[in-house]
Amino acid sequence: MIADKLQQIGAATIGNVRGYGRAGIMLFGALLGKPDIRKGFPLLVKQLYVIGVLSLLIILVSGLFIGMVLALQGYTVLVKFGAEQMLGPLVALSLLRELGPVVTALLFAGRAGSAITAEIGLMKATEQLSGMEMMAVDPLRRIIAPRFWAGVISMPLLAVIFTAVGILGGHLVGVDWLGVDGGGYWSAMQANVDLYQDVMNGVIKSMVFALIVIWIALHKGYDAVPTSEGISQATTQTVVTASLAVLAFDFILTALMFGG
Amino acid sequence: MYIAFYSFRGTTALAAAESINVSDILIDIQQLTFSRGDRVIYRDLNMQFARGKVTAIMGPSGIGKTTLLRLIGGQLKPDSGHIMFGNEDIPLLSRNALYAARQRMSMLFQSGALFTDMTVFDNVAFPIREHTRLPESLIRLIVLMKLEAVGLRGARDLMPAELSGGMARRAALARAIALDPELILYDEPFAGQDPISMGVIVRLIRSLNNALNLTSVVVSHDVTEVMSIADYVYVVAEQTVIGHGTPEQLRAHPSPLVQQFLKGEADGAVPFHFKAAPYEQELMELVG
Amino acid sequence: MTTRKIEILVGGFIVLAIAAFLLLSLQVASSGVAGTGQSYRLHAKFENIGGLKVRSPVKVGGVVVGRVAAIELDTTYYRPVVTLEINKSYSNFPETSTLAILTSGLLGEQYLGLQPGFLDETVEILADGDYIEDTKSALVLEELIGQFLFNRGN
Repeated sequence: MIADKLQQIGAATIGNVRGYGRAGIMLFGALLGKPDIRKGFPLLVKQLYVIGVLSLLIILVSGLFIGMVLALQGYTVLVKFGAEQMLGPLVALSLLRELGPVVTALLFAGRAGSAITAEIGLMKATEQLSGMEMMAVDPLRRIIAPRFWAGVISMPLLAVIFTAVGILGGHLVGVDWLGVDGGGYWSAMQANVDLYQDVMNGVIKSMVFALIVIWIALHKGYDAVPTSEGISQATTQTVVTASLAVLAFDFILTALMFGG
Repeated sequence: MYIAFYSFRGTTALAAAESINVSDILIDIQQLTFSRGDRVIYRDLNMQFARGKVTAIMGPSGIGKTTLLRLIGGQLKPDSGHIMFGNEDIPLLSRNALYAARQRMSMLFQSGALFTDMTVFDNVAFPIREHTRLPESLIRLIVLMKLEAVGLRGARDLMPAELSGGMARRAALARAIALDPELILYDEPFAGQDPISMGVIVRLIRSLNNALNLTSVVVSHDVTEVMSIADYVYVVAEQTVIGHGTPEQLRAHPSPLVQQFLKGEADGAVPFHFKAAPYEQELMELVG
Repeated sequence: MTTRKIEILVGGFIVLAIAAFLLLSLQVASSGVAGTGQSYRLHAKFENIGGLKVRSPVKVGGVVVGRVAAIELDTTYYRPVVTLEINKSYSNFPETSTLAILTSGLLGEQYLGLQPGFLDETVEILADGDYIEDTKSALVLEELIGQFLFNRGN
């Protein structure tokens, strides 16, 4: 009994480490070697469109609503202390430090990450990756690398857009609807938000999240069992693993950035 | 010109009948052993594919015929043995040398493996665009030529999803010959085709082989089609070659296994039943 | 979808992101008093800094002129030393200026109130690295209550 359990733990650990190893080798193979700008750039632009532009709508709408809800909730609490002029900093700091990077990463994992996993998994299942390899074109460089860079570039941009739209949404509810002083909204925000401490740390967070989400999505797709249920499993795993990893890393990064 | 009589390892009785010039061998597989996990797929496999000929590899499903093509393409590494492609030993090549060697071969996958996000035209143009810096006008010319060869010039603007299975395979064939390779590996080119497209593909393999002076390796279990186009046939089963020769020689092959395969008998040397414990014994286990 | 259209949309996406970033850095974050070279440093010793924190504002008559850059403990006298970073454009405070730890509102944050002092021939202007001698420490509620009770007892 105990031996069986031990064996299970051992097997799971070995499986995990192997997974990390394969993911590492995949990324290494994709990023190694000199990039060919002439061929690479159009591919990158195409992926920026698929990964970035197509995620824009969900980011804009979610950002707006989260900003509005934050303002509404914040106002009802702050007004009890007569501190409604602090609504600006509340909305801005929550979005900049936490909600912007984290919610963008979660939405990104659901919207773009799952799509990437499914796409690459299907390419594998229909032998497109194999076929490419036999045409002497390395799928790691042709397929994985542009998606990786497009993800790493897109997500911080999406997070910044999310945050900005959220703050405007907060303004919409707080100032235009609930009647907080407009000048106070911005000036209190400016007095409490620091460009480096808050804005830049938020951007750094979303860069780290981008790396995690896109890497997991690519690896799960590339490593998927090339059957229908294999791909559906890989897609689910991408969303679950990426979301959990984002939340875990968010805690670590927050502790490092704001904890000390 | 020096002509050497090549004696095949293994079944010498037949080898004496067939003579092949050594320098005319494009691919020489020597003592190949490959296993997946604990399961041995090939043990000490020897095969030669002559330049400019259509060589077929036949055998029952599930014995790893596709695996053999992947081994030749360098996508899998054997446990031991050599796969000589010209003067190069595929398993020992560095990454760059392997990619250079792959530019001289192509593979037609069972599914066609067309890129689903590109039109037929772009699919055929893909290897040309990747490996050359030809101007777009010249690429267009080449692509139209290749599509004409497979009879799909009119379908160039369709997406792969809009093609029938047979058309997709022909489009993939046009892509496979886009860079005028020396060698084409066909993976089950006849599987799942209606008789008409089967006939088209049989004709294409033969005519492309002659017109472009290609070397073709066809992996298949469709006996009639293979026997009609192949210059030389290997029958693979039980981890190794069980018989080889020209189609005529094979029909007269003494091995019961080869005969069973060629005639398509349900039971015989290759048992109908997958390896299992005796039936009665397992039934009794349930009762007891 | 043509390549041109994709490129235009991607371009639009990047421009939108840059605009959002500019909004965040100019409209949302405090612009100024952070960069090196545009500010100079002053020090001040207090008895007690209360709830003062790094990055708390330094105000003159309610206008922010700088921020607290560091808070350390002087190990000889065990008194807190606060380092202020003051904007270069406010560079002529006399050395008779006083510094007090104040609180904005009942529950608000604590900040440093700088009260510029008088100026005559014997008084010099505070320069980078100087100490502000005249400081008033934070009011600690417990001490206030204690004092109040003590006074009533008399």
